[in-house]
Amino acid sequence: MNLMDIAEANLLTPYGLDTNKLDRVFDHLVGSKTDLADLYFQSKRSEGWVLEDSIIKSGSYSISQGVGVRAVSGEKSGFAYSDEISMDALLASAKSASAISKAGQNGRVQSWHRQNAFAPLYTPDNPLDTLTESEKIELLRLADTTARAASPYVEQVIANVVAVHETILIADHNGHLSADVRPLVRMSVTVIIEKDGKRESAGSGGGGRFGLNYFTEAGRIKGYVDDAVRLALIKLEAVDAPMGEQIVVLGNGWPGVLLHEAVGHGLEGDFNRKGTSAFSGRIGEQVASKGVTVVDNGTMPDRRGSLTIDDEGVPTQCTTLIEDGILKGYMQDKMNAGLMGGESTGNGRRESYDSLPMPRMTNTYMLAGEYDPEEIMSSVKNGLYAANFGGGQVDITSGKFVFSASEAYLIENGKVTRPVKGATLIGNGPEIMNRISMIGNDLELDGGIGVCGKAGQSVPVGVGQPTLRVDGLTVGGTAG
Amino acid sequence: MTIQTSKDDLIALTQVVLAEAKKQGATSAEVGISRGDGLSVDVRMAEIDKLEYFRDQGLGLTVYFDNAQGAASTGDLSTDAIRDAVRAACNIARYTSEDECLGLADAELMATNLPDLDLYHPWNLSAEEAIETSINCENAARNHDARITNSDGASISTYSGFSAYANSHGFADVNASSSHSLSCSVIANEANGEGMQRDYWYTSSRLAERLDSAESVGRMAAEKTLERLDARKLSSCEAPVMYIPQLAAGLLGHYKSAVGGGSLYRKASFLVDSLGTQVFPEFMHLYEQPFILQGAHSAAYDGEGVATRERDIIKNGIVQTYLLSTYSARKMGLKTTGHASGVHNLTAASTGQNYGEMLRLMDTGLLLTGLIGSGINGITGDYSRGATGFWVEGGVIQYPVEEITIAGNLKDMFANIVAVGNDLDDRIGTRTGSILVEKMMISGE
Repeated sequence: MNLMDIAEANLLTPYGLDTNKLDRVFDHLVGSKTDLADLYFQSKRSEGWVLEDSIIKSGSYSISQGVGVRAVSGEKSGFAYSDEISMDALLASAKSASAISKAGQNGRVQSWHRQNAFAPLYTPDNPLDTLTESEKIELLRLADTTARAASPYVEQVIANVVAVHETILIADHNGHLSADVRPLVRMSVTVIIEKDGKRESAGSGGGGRFGLNYFTEAGRIKGYVDDAVRLALIKLEAVDAPMGEQIVVLGNGWPGVLLHEAVGHGLEGDFNRKGTSAFSGRIGEQVASKGVTVVDNGTMPDRRGSLTIDDEGVPTQCTTLIEDGILKGYMQDKMNAGLMGGESTGNGRRESYDSLPMPRMTNTYMLAGEYDPEEIMSSVKNGLYAANFGGGQVDITSGKFVFSASEAYLIENGKVTRPVKGATLIGNGPEIMNRISMIGNDLELDGGIGVCGKAGQSVPVGVGQPTLRVDGLTVGGTAG
Repeated sequence: MTIQTSKDDLIALTQVVLAEAKKQGATSAEVGISRGDGLSVDVRMAEIDKLEYFRDQGLGLTVYFDNAQGAASTGDLSTDAIRDAVRAACNIARYTSEDECLGLADAELMATNLPDLDLYHPWNLSAEEAIETSINCENAARNHDARITNSDGASISTYSGFSAYANSHGFADVNASSSHSLSCSVIANEANGEGMQRDYWYTSSRLAERLDSAESVGRMAAEKTLERLDARKLSSCEAPVMYIPQLAAGLLGHYKSAVGGGSLYRKASFLVDSLGTQVFPEFMHLYEQPFILQGAHSAAYDGEGVATRERDIIKNGIVQTYLLSTYSARKMGLKTTGHASGVHNLTAASTGQNYGEMLRLMDTGLLLTGLIGSGINGITGDYSRGATGFWVEGGVIQYPVEEITIAGNLKDMFANIVAVGNDLDDRIGTRTGSILVEKMMISGE
C-alpha cells in the first residue's frame, strides 16, 4: 500500500468518511474571503519503557487521534478541533473555524488530487512492532549492565526507550490530499555517579525516524553509556567556570543548538512577517562572518528533524538561510509565505491536530569550513572550550540568546586543560554570528534527541555544526 | 448538560475503567480523567489573528499486578477505546518488574473531607466580546507612547472543565475548575533605531470579574516594555540580587524540587538528608495552604487521593518536611506527605518590607526582572542563568541591564536570603513577595 492508502484506511474509511463527505465539510468551512483552509487528520500511538534500580520500573502506552480544522483569511486564522473523527464533529468544527472568514458563498472543492509523488524519507513500518516486548526490555538491561561495568562509581542508571508511530492525512481547499506515516524512536541513558562523597549525573542518547532495531546495532548502546559515564566523571573534577567575556571554541554536533537559538528562531517567517525579529527586513545584508553558511534541511533520510511532507502537505526542502554570511531567506509555512509574497519552504509544522501550524525548523546546521579542529584550539591563548551543551533559549526581538554548556574546559596556551562547571553562555544572535572567526572541517549533526518548543508546541528537530571559534561570548561562571 | 451530570458522567467512566481493569486481572488500578473546553482569541495590530475553540479530554490509567505496573492513556473515551487502553496497560504490566514500593497509596490516607474550594466559575465569553476586549487591551498599549512601534498582540483565554480521580480502594471524586487570562505584549524601538525591546503583562484568575481591566493590562505592558529601552551590559561583579515576586516563586520552586521525593530517593539533590537542618535563615517561614478558596493550587487530595493538609514546609529556616509521593516515600522508608502532585499553595511569610523598602535595603545591586535558560544542576545546586533587570544604586533604579548572567550555588543563595517583601503578586500560585539574596556573581563585559 502507498502512504495515501494507509492513511485513508486509518483515518477516513473507519469513520465513514470519503472525499464526497470532505467536500461537504469544505462547503461549510470555505467562504469568499478564505485564502487557505485545511483538515488535519492524525492518529498517534506511542510506547515507552523505563529502567531504574536495575529493574523495569514502568511502561506506558498512549493512543491519541483527532482532527484539526482551520480556515485562514489574510492574517486571521480560525481553528477548532475534535478528539473524535466523525462527520458531525467535522461539521461542528468547520462552523467554528469559519466564523472569522465565512461570507455567504460556499467553497466546494472542484476536484481531489491525491499527492502520491513524494519519495518517503523513512519507512512507514510501525516502530512499536520492530522488536518484541522482551527485546525492548533487553535494550534497557544492556544499558544498565554496560554502565555498571563501565565504572565502579556508577550508583544509579536510568534508561528509557520510546517509540512513536504517527499517521497523518491533510485535505486542503485546493483539493490536495497528502499523507505521511512517521516513525520516531529515541533512547536515553542517565547515570548518577558517586566518588569520594561527591555526586554527579549526566546523560546521553539518540534516535531517529526508523525502527527500534537501530539500538540493537553493535556498540550503539555502549556508545551512549560511555558518553554518559565519561561526562559524569568529568563533571566531578570540574572547577568554577570563568566570568565575563571570553573567546569560546564550540564543539561540533549538538552544540549547533547555538545556531538554532542565535539565528534559527529569528529566521522563522511568522516573526519576520510581523517585524518582531532582530533579523526582520535584513535579507541581503551581512548578518554573519564571511564563510558562514547555515541551512535548514528537512530532506535528510531517517533524521529526527526530517519530514517527507510538512504538516501542511508541502514537501520539505533544503533552505539556505545564510550564505557566506549574507542573509538569504526565511523558513515559511503557507500562511506567512502567502502574506510575504513567497512560497512555503515546507516548514509548516504542528505538535498535533489540536494545535495550529507555524513556521518551525527541521534539521538546522552550519556547513563545514576549512580549519582542522586542532588548529582552532591552538589558535586560542586563553578561553573556553564548550564541548557539549544542555538546552538553550532566545528572545527573538532583542536577539539575546543563552545556552548551557554541560561539558566545558579551560583553554590555556592553545591547549584544552581543566574541566569547568556547567555555565550559561549569553550573547546577541546577530552580533555573535559576526564574531565567528574560524570554522572547522568537522561538520556533525546531533545524535537524534532534539526537541524544540515554541508557543507551547514541541516538535522533534535536528541541529549540527562544525567546531567554531567565537571571538567573545559572555560566560556565566563564578570565578573572577 | 448540568454540572452535576458532567460530574456524574466522569465518575461513572472512572468506574468503567476500574471494572475493566479488574476484569482483565489487575489486582488494583487507578485512573484520572479530565474533560474541558474553552475559547482563546489572539489579536494583533487591532485585527483578529487567531480564534481557537478547544475541547480537551483525556484519560490516564495505571494497573498493578501485585507490585508490577503498566500505564496507558487515551484521548478517546469510548468504551472500546477504554478497553483497548486497559488491555495495553495490562500487557505492559506483564513485562515490568516487581517493585514492592509500587502500588496505590495506603487506603487509610484517602481524603474523606472534600470541601467545595470554589474553583469553578465558567465564563460565557462570546468570540465578539473576546475580540473587543483584546483589541482594547492592545490599543491601550499601542497608544500609550509613540515609541511603541510594533506588537506581538493581546490574547484572551478562558477554560473550564472537570477532572476526576478514582482508585480501587473505592476512592472517587471529581473537581470542577476554571481559569481565565488576558495578556498583552508590545515592542518598542530604541531611539537610535537600532534595537528593539519587548515585554508583556498579564492578568489571570479563576473568576472573570477578578481580571484586571483590559486598559490597565495594556498600559502595564507598554510601561514594562518602555522601561527596557537602552538597556546596557554590566561589568562583571559580585552584588546583591533582588528577585521580583514572579522570579522569587521560581527560586522557591528550585527548593521544592530539591526536597521532592523524586530527587531525594535517587540522591540526586543537593538537599539529601536535610530534614531538620537549617537551610534558610532563621526568619524564613514557608507553609502550605491547600484549602484557599479560589486558590491557584487548591486541592483536598493529591494525585493519589491522599488527603492534603495545612503544614509548615520551612520553620525558623529549618526543613520541616520533604515533599513525597507514595512511591518516593516507600523508597525512603517514610510515609507519603500528600505531594504526589506538588505543593498546594506555597506561601512565603514576608519579613515586612514593601517593594520600595526592599530596594532601599538592597541599596546597590541588581533588580532581577527576567531569567532565560535553564542552567541549574539539581545535584550540586550550581546555578547559572541569563538575566535582565535594572541596576540599582542607593535604593534607586539607575538603568535597565541585559545580556548578563547571574551565578551562584542554590544552597548559598537560600542561606543568604536577606528579606522577603510583602509585595505579593497574586497572579502566581506560589504566594511570595520579592526575595533579596545577599550576593551573587554577575557576569557581563
